[in-house]
Amino acid sequence: MEERMFLLGDEAVAQAALDAGVSGCYAYPGTPSTEILEYVRASAQAAEAGVVREWSANEKTAVEAALGMSYAGKRAMVCMKHVGLNVAADPFMNAAITGVNGGLLVVVADDPSMHSSQNEQDSRYYGHFAQIPVLEPASQQEAYDMVREGFDLSERFGVPVLVRLVTRLSHSRSAVVRRERLPQRPLKLPGDPKQFILLPSIARERYRRLLADRPLFVEEAHREEGYNQYLPAAESRTGVIATGLAYNYLRENFPGRLPFHLLKVSFYPLPVRMIEEMFGEVDEVIVLEEGYPYVEEQLLGIPPRRHPRIRGRLDGTLPRDGELNPWLVGKALGRNLPEPEEVPGVAVGRPPSFCPGCGHIDVYNALNEALEPYGPGRVFSDIGCYTMGALPPYNAINTCVDMGASITMAVGAADAGLVPSVAVIGDSTFTHSGMTGLLDAANKRSPVTLIISDNDATAMTGGQPPSGLGKIEQICLGLGVEKEHVRTIIPLRKYHEENVKVMKEEIAYKGVSVIVARRECIRLVAARKCNKK
Amino acid sequence: MEKKMKTDIILAGVGGQGILSIAAVIGLAAVKETLFIKQSEIHGMSQQGGEVYSHLRLSDAPVHSDMIPLGEADLILAVEPLEGLRYLPYLKKEGWLISNTAPVKNIADYPDPERIYGEIRRRPHHLLLDAAALAREAGSAKAANMVMLGAASPFIQVKEDHLLEAIRALFSRKGEEVVETNIRAFRAGKEAAMKKR
Repeated sequence: MEERMFLLGDEAVAQAALDAGVSGCYAYPGTPSTEILEYVRASAQAAEAGVVREWSANEKTAVEAALGMSYAGKRAMVCMKHVGLNVAADPFMNAAITGVNGGLLVVVADDPSMHSSQNEQDSRYYGHFAQIPVLEPASQQEAYDMVREGFDLSERFGVPVLVRLVTRLSHSRSAVVRRERLPQRPLKLPGDPKQFILLPSIARERYRRLLADRPLFVEEAHREEGYNQYLPAAESRTGVIATGLAYNYLRENFPGRLPFHLLKVSFYPLPVRMIEEMFGEVDEVIVLEEGYPYVEEQLLGIPPRRHPRIRGRLDGTLPRDGELNPWLVGKALGRNLPEPEEVPGVAVGRPPSFCPGCGHIDVYNALNEALEPYGPGRVFSDIGCYTMGALPPYNAINTCVDMGASITMAVGAADAGLVPSVAVIGDSTFTHSGMTGLLDAANKRSPVTLIISDNDATAMTGGQPPSGLGKIEQICLGLGVEKEHVRTIIPLRKYHEENVKVMKEEIAYKGVSVIVARRECIRLVAARKCNKK
Repeated sequence: MEKKMKTDIILAGVGGQGILSIAAVIGLAAVKETLFIKQSEIHGMSQQGGEVYSHLRLSDAPVHSDMIPLGEADLILAVEPLEGLRYLPYLKKEGWLISNTAPVKNIADYPDPERIYGEIRRRPHHLLLDAAALAREAGSAKAANMVMLGAASPFIQVKEDHLLEAIRALFSRKGEEVVETNIRAFRAGKEAAMKKR
């Protein structure tokens, strides 16, 4: 009998990889992708099969480790949120040139509408950039099936395959039918011993091979019963191209027979012949896609097409930014839907806030007092719970840009004459991308103070164990910060005066100083007490 | 295939109130009845003491969108009164708003609760109950989420036995006492709702 599971989109990805005989899963936590590796780490099946499943220091190290696993002939998967692929872009782009040995899947979860992200970049452009196939599932079942088949595709084409998820799929549960389990691949070196050596002479050859294989990817986009489906509708002069999740919103509005020509897209590169066929039948094409107008832009060309007319996010048929939803899609397709009711004015917002008793609160209270004499505008911060220091009543930070940018932006601002400059970063973000910036700062004796608000956790994504646990001071010393300027404090109200004093001393110091403010995440403490009961 | 029977529910509350536990119980029960189901959750930054919500869609035909379309929810189940109002654009005109009266005042500009209750009472179909008090009577203030689930149970197309079984399955890890408290809370919520309807 078939086995049904009730899984998040993220969990369906994880289960599919395990059933496909994956040998290693690598990731750095990031919403909405975190639950993929969480699931693999909790899985008895993974434990029994000896699947490698540790958190990596960052997305770049994760992709490289996965590529190494692939080099050794085994199947590997690496998972991250969309902005994580920026960090991992170097190995990602070059893995397209080396190609793979064991199947390699790069799973990226985009966050349109920025529910918990700094931007809403669309990872399909990265797949396009690297010139590799991209899979975009619309449902939990498709996520399972596509991950499973994605490993086969990766091995058949000899390149990594990118799987693109979005928040509403990653974080939504539905029933998933499992397929039979495959064994792991044996250790096996690449057939060509030079495949992974990207010296220019070899890289040029590898790149030409990638380009020569592109027609195979385009053929795959047209496979019968494949990922992309063209369904003509004889009497209509309108075409709809629906990609990924947007297909669900289309079906929500038209559950029965569709009054349009439909092209459902779940695999890129685009199926050009199917598109040409549709163009021959219609006067207008409406493009429904979650994220950027990626397909729409390709269809428009320069100058924009006159026939058929292309409609979508670029001509105002749909909003240019933010997530789609069934209502927006219904309106775009001409349904006469009533305007939604307004939220009553009394329902004020409830922004996220620090948990009562959080150590970051004590850090910011002390920092605000210590910086008072110098005036505002000199605190560079980073990505994590402590970014909420931007909100009232703290108003304690002035920047939040990307992982690790606190230290390096503080150095640049100090270079410009903003002295003192202060950086605030978490322990996990520090080991993710802050260490190299601190090395720069130490080498040039930059007048900056780095506060590492260390809660022994990657807290915002659920308290994953951080890579630098118990090593933070040693790392700072090793990078060249002077011993007397690596200070450790305990961010508790009862030490407030003392902590302000330490901060004042180090901020006044005209070289690099680090203050490690260490107290365990209050949520982890509570969770441990709860489990002991 | 047209949908024959469907229940679209929005669960609303504040991080830590057990919104996702309600979703898990209904999900487990629905799977037993071979209904089609999709349930979306909000994770991440929005969890830190902020708004938490879940869209739960049950149907005897395949469910397409993970999100409930605006204006089509049958029921909003609010474990916190202000949070229920936030999702009114999703509620059908004749849909039910079932809300706890106990506010979570973790923001400085929390409005006068009477104004919130006023908005709730404007709905043609609403139900207000003090889930916090009922939960305490049942044995634990933490069980307010199960009181609310009990209150909503007559509106949800899954059998009560299956809901109770799911509560047992979900809380069994925490011991028999916790299971019984949650079941008492569920029953108290249901009873209160039946009296008020």
